Amino acid sequence: MNIFDILGPVMVGPSSSHTAGAVRIGSVTRKLLAEEPQKAEIFLHGSFALTGEGHGTDKAIVAGLLGMLPDNMNIPKSFEIAKKAGMDFAINTIELRNAHPNSALIKVTGEKGRELEVVASSLGGGRIEICQIDGIDTNFGGDYNTLIVHNVDQPGHIAEITSMLSHKSVNIASMHLSRDIRGGYAVMVIECDQQIPDIALSWLTNLEGIIKVTYYNKDEEV
Amino acid sequence: MAFKSVEELLTLSQTENNPLWQAVLIDDITDRQVAESESIEKMNYLWGKMQDASKNYDGNQRSNSGLVGGDGEKMKVAIKNNATISGSFISEVISEALKMGECNACMKCIVAAPTAGSCGVLPSVLITIAKANKISDEEIVKSLYVSAGFGQVIATRASISGAEGGCQAEIGSASAMASAALVFLKGGTNEMMANACAMALKSLLGLVCDPVAGLVEIPCTKRNVIGAINAISCADMALAGITSKIPCDEVIDAMASVGNLMASSLKETGEGGLAGTPTAKEIVKRLNIKKD
Repeated sequence: MNIFDILGPVMVGPSSSHTAGAVRIGSVTRKLLAEEPQKAEIFLHGSFALTGEGHGTDKAIVAGLLGMLPDNMNIPKSFEIAKKAGMDFAINTIELRNAHPNSALIKVTGEKGRELEVVASSLGGGRIEICQIDGIDTNFGGDYNTLIVHNVDQPGHIAEITSMLSHKSVNIASMHLSRDIRGGYAVMVIECDQQIPDIALSWLTNLEGIIKVTYYNKDEEV
Repeated sequence: MAFKSVEELLTLSQTENNPLWQAVLIDDITDRQVAESESIEKMNYLWGKMQDASKNYDGNQRSNSGLVGGDGEKMKVAIKNNATISGSFISEVISEALKMGECNACMKCIVAAPTAGSCGVLPSVLITIAKANKISDEEIVKSLYVSAGFGQVIATRASISGAEGGCQAEIGSASAMASAALVFLKGGTNEMMANACAMALKSLLGLVCDPVAGLVEIPCTKRNVIGAINAISCADMALAGITSKIPCDEVIDAMASVGNLMASSLKETGEGGLAGTPTAKEIVKRLNIKKD
């Protein structure tokens, strides 16, 4: 752990896992949606469901979806701000199977109609993990620029994407592949040291066999 | 790279002939590949945020549950009326620790040090000593590097999470870090800092994490006070030349082992200890918190 994991984060209380981590879950979901969220259904699991209200977990996730970061003083007022901004939201509880105790499932719809379903966990100290995107397992923490590609499970897609990254001089920090069944629905999660240019992302979106491209830009203002 | 032992930290400071705070700073800039000025600026920012939190305290604020708020203000009134037993310095520290803990419970902006629940320990002693002894921001920032260095060893060898190691890992660690920082500010040696860290951690060994209704409110807010006062007394002992008969690294290892032996009902589950008392159960019922 770096010394600034010992001192810090600067955050709105009361809990680094149930508040600061929850804000990050919301803001990473917003970035993954890459649109202004218009509708959000938030389902709290485990300890999030039990003590979420007292820790402001519900307000924290909504704040994150609105683009706030863990030190934003408006986090306690996020419900009112969401209403003013016209973002529809509902908070419910859920029992997720095999999930970390501090987890949430979030279904969001953007202003242009893009839909996204995210399962994320708060691991403590404000660190998080995105565990599922649209029902497919992933595991990344939002500490790197991350490319998530859903594609048809057929030969060649990994090569297409990694050669594109190599052309754009983007170095891969980690890569995670999975699929539901052979020839079915596959996902790759690639954490990168550099930014992936927009033009490369839109090229990727139009490739045959690519179902969905989601990009998390670490440094982008939300 | 993170320091794995206090011994390593002390040895490095000695062989490189750098003050301990600088050894920690150099390690950070190597680890994160940043300029020295960037690291110092970040630490300075944290110090500023600690002071802001104290300034923005509002005695009328209450937590979501309504359980916490107003105690820092009550302590202030007592100080004003000269009604405290412990004298002005210690009373100020008590008030500051309560204020910070309450700010956290009331969803105000704080600095986790090392956690949100223990966020009152370090700022309460630093803010009070800075004011009393007219210490510059520069020196306080150096003392934060000292505290972070010791904190890093505790996190590496043991834990700074209540769910993993109980409250000794949160308030205990914060107290040990603060104690080392105080020794630095009073011009103590590296060995004295290690002794203060060891004695502070030893004194809170076994402290359980038993939050009522699972909320970071009761007893967390008030435990910041014992963390702060313990840091001061252990720093004073170390500065007087009193040593810990068990070396600091072994004390940290003992904390890890106590944490492992602790029942899970006493590690942030909101079941055992104070959380299991009839009154706590009444509070749970009143707040309508569903239980498994």
